[in-house]
Amino acid sequence: MTTRTFICRCEDVTVKDCDAALQAGFETIEEIKRFTGMGTGPCQGRECMVPLCTLLRERGVPDADRLQPFTSRPPAAQISLGSLADGARISLTPSPTRAEDEGTP
Amino acid sequence: MSATASMGRRDAALPEAVDVAIVGGGVMGLATAYELSKRAPDLRVCVIESSYLVSGASGRNGGGVRSQWGDAGNVSIMRESLAICRGLAQTLRINLWFRRGGYLFLARSDATASRLARNIEVHRSVGAPTEQLTAREAKELVPELDVTGVHAATFNPEDGVVFPWPFVWGYASEASKRGVAIRTHTRVTGIEEATHASNVGYELALHTGESVWAQRVVNATGAWSPVLNEMLGIDLPNRPHRHEIISTEPLKPFLDPLVVDLDSGLYFSQSTRGEIVTGVTMHEVPGGEGGRVNLGTSLTFLERMASSLTAVLPLARALHPVRQWSGPYDISPDGDAIVGSSPGHPNIIQVCGFTGHGFMMAPAVGRLLAAYLHDGARHPMLERWRPERFALGQSRRHEDMIIG
Repeated sequence: MTTRTFICRCEDVTVKDCDAALQAGFETIEEIKRFTGMGTGPCQGRECMVPLCTLLRERGVPDADRLQPFTSRPPAAQISLGSLADGARISLTPSPTRAEDEGTP
Repeated sequence: MSATASMGRRDAALPEAVDVAIVGGGVMGLATAYELSKRAPDLRVCVIESSYLVSGASGRNGGGVRSQWGDAGNVSIMRESLAICRGLAQTLRINLWFRRGGYLFLARSDATASRLARNIEVHRSVGAPTEQLTAREAKELVPELDVTGVHAATFNPEDGVVFPWPFVWGYASEASKRGVAIRTHTRVTGIEEATHASNVGYELALHTGESVWAQRVVNATGAWSPVLNEMLGIDLPNRPHRHEIISTEPLKPFLDPLVVDLDSGLYFSQSTRGEIVTGVTMHEVPGGEGGRVNLGTSLTFLERMASSLTAVLPLARALHPVRQWSGPYDISPDGDAIVGSSPGHPNIIQVCGFTGHGFMMAPAVGRLLAAYLHDGARHPMLERWRPERFALGQSRRHEDMIIG
């Protein structure tokens, strides 16, 4: 990888952008996502998470906790708002609450 | 902005003693820290954040910034905030993606339409240029709308949307350059009254085993604020309420205003990145609340949101959500913020209870709170926002334009 290699193709985030985030003091993937925008495009991290983790290992981020992927968000598969609106007429079934971020920040 | 400016670190050095410790590294705490560092450069100030800087409501909101309220005090404070936002990107040296496309409110009942008409008078009394529109005029403004059933609308061209994250980075880096210590990933586990060099103050115990003494402590933890308050026996009635939101795949720019369908509580805007950012009021939180922050997401919300949005914006039927998340509103029983000295603890300063509109008010609140902390200057809203009003039975509902 060079400094111009794209880590996230959806949002045009390069190795250089990720290095700037590390220099600014951000070390966790949640922070790097929010500082660079990586993982916020259509792939939602499916493509860019592994390259980012590889880069962080190369840069010596030591702690496995800090290599945790960011929280994955629904929906897991693509579905149009039209289908969801039509589905709402059939069922309004509550899904169970997810355990996301239970350790309240 | 320099690429290497620090925006808080987990290993930032904390002084043993400070004049002001701000607990909570959201936009409220950081705007206050920044304004304080400008106004009183010699004051020792630190910010302590339990997670990362945009982990709370500051990183989870829809980025709406509006002056259309039902109450003159709220209109005025938001006009202050919008005036600060106008030059803030230059001041903070970061792109805030501030885009003034206005806010368009739609009313689907006579009762809601007369509320909007009454609000226009309130807005004019404090100089806000809100206009009344017919349904047809609303459709001229946003041709993609289906205005069937819309009785009336209002539009204020000065309102807008922002991208919330860079606000937080900007305030953090500029505060940090001015000497504010910003410590992230560090939890406050205890707080008690303590003296230091014969000054009365508070000792904050941190989960790392460190401690910091502060003459005054600002509770800027928003929806998490009851946790710190309970440690001191401060009894305030604000509680978290979960709100969900989605972002869709991007479209080329077509939607200037943020649109609010006031009767369903639906709002949607197009971010500068092209996504539609949208949510809808859910009075009952799926999965329940329980008095603490709950960041789950639900299919119930997604379906209700999709039904409400596609009815008023039919082209959205073909759009795919890319991401659904949630954040807490910090609900105050009368809808007004809770700002100032705490009952029984005058040197614990609250800046909480903003009921879902804290982000947009933060530029003005940071400035007025810094003035109050520096020389006791009392902005007119501080009278209304007094924390003791609940215990004294002086709480009164002013505002009925709370969305989402």
